[in-house]
Amino acid sequence: MIDLIDVEKTYNTGAGPVFALRGTNLHIDRGEFVAIMGQSGSGKSTMMNILGLLDRPSAGRYLLEGQDVSDLDPDARARIRGREFGFVFQAYNLVPRLSAIEQVEMPLVYQGAPDRHARAAKALERVGLSAAFHKRGPTQLSGGQQQRVAIARSIVVEPRVMLADEPTGALDTTTSAEVMALFRELVEEHGITVIIVTHEPEIAALCDRIVRMVDGVIVQDATSRHTAPEHRGEVSA
Amino acid sequence: MSLADSFRIAVRAILANRLRSILTTLGLVIGVTSVIVLIAVGQGAQVGVASKIRGLGTDLLFVQPGQSNDRTTGARAQAASLTKSDSDAIVAAQIPGVIGVAPQISFQSQLIAGSLNSRGPIIGTTPDYIAVRSSAVAEGDFITDADVERKALTIVLGSTLATTLFPNGDAIGQQVRLAVGGPIGFNFRVSGVMAPRGGATDQDNQAFVPVTTMQSRLPFTRNATGEISVTQISIQMAPKADQDAVKADITNLLVSRHAVATPDFTVQSQNDLLGAASEVSATLSILLGSVAGISLLVGGIGVMNIMLVSVTERTREIGIRRAVGAQSRDIVLQFVTEALTLSIGGGLLGMALGVGIALGLDGRQVAGQAMTTLIQPWSIAVAFAVAAGVGLASGSYPAFRATAIDPIVALRNE
Repeated sequence: MIDLIDVEKTYNTGAGPVFALRGTNLHIDRGEFVAIMGQSGSGKSTMMNILGLLDRPSAGRYLLEGQDVSDLDPDARARIRGREFGFVFQAYNLVPRLSAIEQVEMPLVYQGAPDRHARAAKALERVGLSAAFHKRGPTQLSGGQQQRVAIARSIVVEPRVMLADEPTGALDTTTSAEVMALFRELVEEHGITVIIVTHEPEIAALCDRIVRMVDGVIVQDATSRHTAPEHRGEVSA
Repeated sequence: MSLADSFRIAVRAILANRLRSILTTLGLVIGVTSVIVLIAVGQGAQVGVASKIRGLGTDLLFVQPGQSNDRTTGARAQAASLTKSDSDAIVAAQIPGVIGVAPQISFQSQLIAGSLNSRGPIIGTTPDYIAVRSSAVAEGDFITDADVERKALTIVLGSTLATTLFPNGDAIGQQVRLAVGGPIGFNFRVSGVMAPRGGATDQDNQAFVPVTTMQSRLPFTRNATGEISVTQISIQMAPKADQDAVKADITNLLVSRHAVATPDFTVQSQNDLLGAASEVSATLSILLGSVAGISLLVGGIGVMNIMLVSVTERTREIGIRRAVGAQSRDIVLQFVTEALTLSIGGGLLGMALGVGIALGLDGRQVAGQAMTTLIQPWSIAVAFAVAAGVGLASGSYPAFRATAIDPIVALRNE
């Protein structure tokens, strides 16, 4: 479903070009639960931006469902982004003055979709936030609740791919486990492809596949599916 | 994204920063209000002055002393350049087209009737005044030829003056004392009360006495040669008279009588006065309009400023919206709608305030004068259009800047 072919990303800085990604090849199938790991500066966030069509590669090709999306203009990328991808960020990235339900409705507004309220309520329900939370703004929600709202916002469009950038970075251990369980549920029950960028091995260990990056190069790509069931058991317990 | 959605988002953003939104719009509100009010005041003044001049009568010429550029003669000497005998000479010359001549001497005086008193211009004139100035007497009689001949102590009161001095309406036959200055004063018998003239002038606050009475009783109205100075001679022309010819005849007559090379008096027709006055008030209108226009412009710059700040402040929000699928036009629409909502709201509020203030000022006494305001529909339309246009312009630029924001950078923006 996702194919990166010889993808490179170069940033021109004052001190000369910085190579964030060099000749990267990556294939991800539908329904995978992938962790991209690496130190800061390893290129993992760049990878995430390119996967999510927030950025475009300097060289190489990006095929999404076989369609080359590496050269689309910003608005075309925005359209695909809104339809195919859900984003979750470390800093939650909720709009300050909007209530939980409005946050979740937002992607639907830009799609001009019908039944926005009902769909948003369903998405919130799915992440475990009842109607009591609908009217609350970000400041009236805990970190875990805010991240749940952000996840609800990303799944409301029924995306094929969920991209999460350090989704548990700002959460405590218990809440992190809950959020990871939620991702697992999305993979198992809804067939969504979930890609997480993290530097925490414990979080990566909860995924089925770990892609390790160093200096813009993938150094390890391991399927750890055999370890997954035990972790799954721990989380849901 | 639909327009309704972008309007909803705009209203949310505006309400989220209530105080700032109010302050932003205030500039536009004041701008639109002042355009409407100042133009209404300017137009009102223009129309008011014109109607005042027309209200003096019809087909009139005014001869006034002075205004020669001879610096050797002082103002007093100039003021003495027009006399009662000039007026008599105009009558005697039987200039074709002239059907009435009314000399006027006027001065301010206190009028006392019993315990009541008032103050107003006292005009010494002749019976012709009624015809010349198209006035009418409501009760009693105006000054008669006999009064002029006898130098009678007869007075005719303007309607306002009569009501002030004789609230019971029994003015005719009563005594009124003119306190000219200090202990000097004369008792006059009221022979008539003028019909109200209305209008914005204080014509109803005047009183009339025979010109001859004024000459003989009030020595200060005489000039150095013992002639009686008049402040104005009003000349009534026949409706179809050649105004320019009459003007030239009178000028020639007076120039030869005064034995001067250049006229030491002015002859002005009503049209001359109208022209001069409308020029002045048109300039006033333009001046007021430009001041108001500038305040509207400043208000618009205020909106632009706030929109720029707002875009910068909401960089992250824009990034989030871009990430969840907002296209450039959605972002542009959001900020343009926000600016338009602010400016149209301000425009509407300014319209309501402007019309309200202009209506409230109409007929109010300001500096002893009744104010006239005339709301110009075009000024409302222009002010509103400018406000909306300013909103569109000041929303567009920040909006396009917003679309240039890279969603990645925006999302990292803390």
